[in-house]
Amino acid sequence: MTVEKLLEVKDLKRHFNIGGKATVKAIDGVTFDIYKGETFGLVGESGCGKSTTGRTIIGLYDATDGEVLFKGEDVHGKKSAAEKMKFNRKMQMIFQDPSSSLNSRMTVMDIIAEGIDIHNLAENKEARKKRVEELLETVGLNKEHATRFPHEFSGGQRQRIGIARALAVEPEFIIADEPISALDVSIQAQVVNLLKQLQDEFGLTYLFIAHDLSMVKYLSDRIGVMYFGNMVELADSHELYKNPIHPYTKSLLSAIPLPDPEYERNRQRVEYDPSIHDPNEEQQFREIKPGHWVRCSETEFEQYKKDLNLN
Amino acid sequence: MSKLLEVKDLAISFNTFSGEVQAVRGVSFDVAKGETLAIVGESGSGKSVTTKSLMRLLPTPQSVIKRGQILFEGEDLVNKTDKEMQKIRGKDISMIFQDPMTSLNPTMKIGNQIMEGLIKHQNMSRSEARPKAAELLKQVGIPHAEKRLHQYPHQFSGGMRQRVVIAMALACNPKLLIADEPTTALDVTIQAQILELMKDVQKETGSSIIFITHDLGVVANIADRVAVMYAGKIVEIGTTEEIFYNPQHPYTWGLLGSMPTLDDTDEHLMSIPGSPPDMLNPPKGDAFAPRNSYALKIDTELEPPMFKVSDTHYAATWLLHENAPKVEPPAEVKRRMAGFSKTGEFLKGEEGEDQ
Ligand SMILES: Nc1ncnc2c1ncn2[C@@H]1O[C@H](COP(=O)(O)OP(=O)(O)O)[C@@H](O)[C@H]1O
Ligand SMILES: Nc1ncnc2c1ncn2[C@@H]1O[C@H](COP(=O)(O)OP(=O)(O)O)[C@@H](O)[C@H]1O
Ligand SMILES: [Mg+2]
Ligand SMILES: [Mg+2]
Repeated sequence: MTVEKLLEVKDLKRHFNIGGKATVKAIDGVTFDIYKGETFGLVGESGCGKSTTGRTIIGLYDATDGEVLFKGEDVHGKKSAAEKMKFNRKMQMIFQDPSSSLNSRMTVMDIIAEGIDIHNLAENKEARKKRVEELLETVGLNKEHATRFPHEFSGGQRQRIGIARALAVEPEFIIADEPISALDVSIQAQVVNLLKQLQDEFGLTYLFIAHDLSMVKYLSDRIGVMYFGNMVELADSHELYKNPIHPYTKSLLSAIPLPDPEYERNRQRVEYDPSIHDPNEEQQFREIKPGHWVRCSETEFEQYKKDLNLN
Repeated sequence: MSKLLEVKDLAISFNTFSGEVQAVRGVSFDVAKGETLAIVGESGSGKSVTTKSLMRLLPTPQSVIKRGQILFEGEDLVNKTDKEMQKIRGKDISMIFQDPMTSLNPTMKIGNQIMEGLIKHQNMSRSEARPKAAELLKQVGIPHAEKRLHQYPHQFSGGMRQRVVIAMALACNPKLLIADEPTTALDVTIQAQILELMKDVQKETGSSIIFITHDLGVVANIADRVAVMYAGKIVEIGTTEEIFYNPQHPYTWGLLGSMPTLDDTDEHLMSIPGSPPDMLNPPKGDAFAPRNSYALKIDTELEPPMFKVSDTHYAATWLLHENAPKVEPPAEVKRRMAGFSKTGEFLKGEEGEDQ
């Protein structure tokens, strides 16, 4: 099987100046690829830099350093407005809070058609209307909804509107930043299943950002775990959950509550103590098995490999 | 076990411009001393309204307790005056909310806020209360407690604030602690710590807990018994084992089937179609029927009563009627019912992993 790299993130950094000389290294050298047609999950605790990663990839933030390539082309190097437009169409974003990301004074029709208008994708008003109605049906709403306003919808429905808006410009790549975190579990499942179905239908590629690790596992082909601005582990999702290597990943996984009382009674939580890493040794992202990367020092790398070979 | 709280046929409505919102429509449950009852259900099902009413915290005159009893140690709280309730609030019953800032004063030092409860409800002097406050902060796992007493809420992280609120609730040694989604906004690792903390505290103090959440993983972790709410009613109630391993109501099936399990097989998530009903006009018959693929004809006409499954387990679904067709839960739910204790195996062994 050949895998085509749709997105390449290379040593990406984004620092924020927070007054005076103080900076927050929101992301500090993150490297990963996203393959065409896959879902790449990004997990980690709040403040670890997930949203900043997504926003820097799509160009909402400038990179402090590093590169983002989309189909081999440098995203941030885009100069002309026309080039930027073309690129904007290919990459779309869905946000956590559907109510704050939808303009409350616009009808659902106009919200969804925004991208269609910007990119001149509809020949006339009739075509525009037809396209919006089609999109509403695609995301499980119906065309009667087009004339209503966002506040008339439930959280799950609003997220569907956000998804329809993203789909309107026929993107290849969608960044979903905690799209289900604000929803009830039962509605989360609806939205996640919709995202899966759309991926099959349109061959979409996703970067799925979440702090809910069990949904990420369900949806993702590969997963990257972030901790304080760095990616500490990256692997195929089954592999990551079965054979986590970085102690932080282990602590995260051990904290997921699962709907099984027996399991919960026996659960042993593992705590992560960052001071176990020798500060004198440089931490680097290293490939321990094919496709399984861990941020570690040279000594830790040898130790991890030894641990793996012992079994 | 003796009962601390008995709620009987409680019904609560809100009078709004659009009409009467029937938020709670006849809810009965009890809580024994030292036990944890979880209440689960989608947003709007009436979990918060039910529990706020126990402390009589609902806004008046908009809200009305239409009928029912709230027996706390045998005394009906429904008829208590505001003054009488003030003595019960904080002292006998304490509440923790999702947003810790609901309970914290941003302009007041943490220490003084904890001491306030001790002075008011435990009749302590200031000099007695201060070391006790520090002790409580230590108990909820906040390091440098003495120093922390002099800080303001904004100097604490979200997880730390929730610990402070728990410390404040504990200050009065309440007999009943009501926690309304206390960990929903927190990261999983912090959530796990808070859950452990609450269980430790309960072991020590023997208090009862009502824990509201929509996360069944959290329920499995903390609850002794579970009440499943839908559209202002309890549709199923039982021990935690009964609800997870032998669920009877299709709504409970839907909730369970919506939860990912980390299983290795390519699992499929069920989802409950549609959304909960508008409580201005609750549907006739079984309120869940429009979203229920197992609905029977009778569901659209007549509300099901609570059918007894065991002495501790009841469910309101016509499927339990002797004349109802026998149906099996969906495959995804059956898989969960069988337990999946193998998941996360690596956590139970030594540090190493297989392969
Ligand atoms: N616009 C900004 N200005 C200053 N700091 C920021 C900004 N955006 C994010 N940060 C900081 O960067 C870090 C990472 O934030 P974020 O990417 O939002 O994390 P996550 O999405 O994983 O919760 C945090 O410390 C956050 O406070
Ligand atoms: N102050 C209020 N005025 C009118 N309706 C309310 C008020 N508070 C709650 N409700 C309604 O009561 C129902 C139950 O709400 P709630 O108990 O908060 O649900 P849950 O906690 O299960 O999410 C909902 O339909 C909600 O809209
Ligand atoms: Mg974020
Ligand atoms: Mg609530």
